[in-house]
Amino acid sequence: MISACVTLGLAVGVYAISFGVAAVSAGASTAQACAMSLLVFTGASQFSAVSVIAGGGTIGSALSGALLLSARNGVFGLANSRRLTGRLPTRLIAAQLTIDESTAMCAAQDDPVAQRAAFWITGGSVYVFWNIGTLIGAVAGGAINPKTFGLDVAIPAAFVAMIWPQLRTSRGRMAVLLGGGICLLSIPVLPIGLPILAASLAILLGIRRHEVAS
Amino acid sequence: MTWTLVFALAAGAYAFKFLGLVVVGDRVLPAALERCLALIPAALIAALIVKDTLSVGHHLVVDARAAGVGAAIVAAWRKAPVLAVIIIGASVTALLRAVS
Repeated sequence: MISACVTLGLAVGVYAISFGVAAVSAGASTAQACAMSLLVFTGASQFSAVSVIAGGGTIGSALSGALLLSARNGVFGLANSRRLTGRLPTRLIAAQLTIDESTAMCAAQDDPVAQRAAFWITGGSVYVFWNIGTLIGAVAGGAINPKTFGLDVAIPAAFVAMIWPQLRTSRGRMAVLLGGGICLLSIPVLPIGLPILAASLAILLGIRRHEVAS
Repeated sequence: MTWTLVFALAAGAYAFKFLGLVVVGDRVLPAALERCLALIPAALIAALIVKDTLSVGHHLVVDARAAGVGAAIVAAWRKAPVLAVIIIGASVTALLRAVS
């Protein structure tokens, strides 16, 4: 499990190199690019903000698009609040590490101890590599294209492995199908970022009390 | 690019994370809501897989990524460890891109 968490961190870190490159070419200083990765630490939002600025957009439009993309972390935090119990300072740090990868790796584990370990190891390794990668990209430029190595697929492939335990119950399988289906249908019509949030509607399947026999 | 944008985005992004994890905290919630929250990973990870695999902006496309994720699904179904699933997915996509 630990090696998978760290590998995921490395793959995401290579992506951060492209973020560093994109940020600097959008006019950010190295300090601004690094501050963004340290403080915002939400890949999709960061890429979206710099691409709007690079395209000549206003700060307001960059901000609103990026915030829309980060809204799902609120939903992830809600899910994680059931598993990550602890003192307030611990929770404040856990909040910053609440991202797609740490949430998915956490949810894929069976017992509470493993869930917490998966969250902290994945969140921590992605945080470290994301920030190292950003610095490399901002200073050294784009020597590596992550797509050459299929690294853009490393992330959804990891999600495939992590979603597997959710398929054990019929309710989980229905939520997977419905969430994926809502996202697929809404990608062409909704603003970027919203299809993932719209998929949250699938959790309403939980209102029904009895688990259907699987 | 301005520092205003960096700090405003940092504050906004943290606010979302804070809201879910810290504000709700470990309060006991109604059972129906707990059952809904338990489905968040299933629904949202499925959505992320669909977005990362089949979309470019607003367009739905089937390309080398779909083959890689397809291979990853087979690997996960065959009970391969997470690390193997990641490597298989990335390698199949990289190979297809190299030969096409």
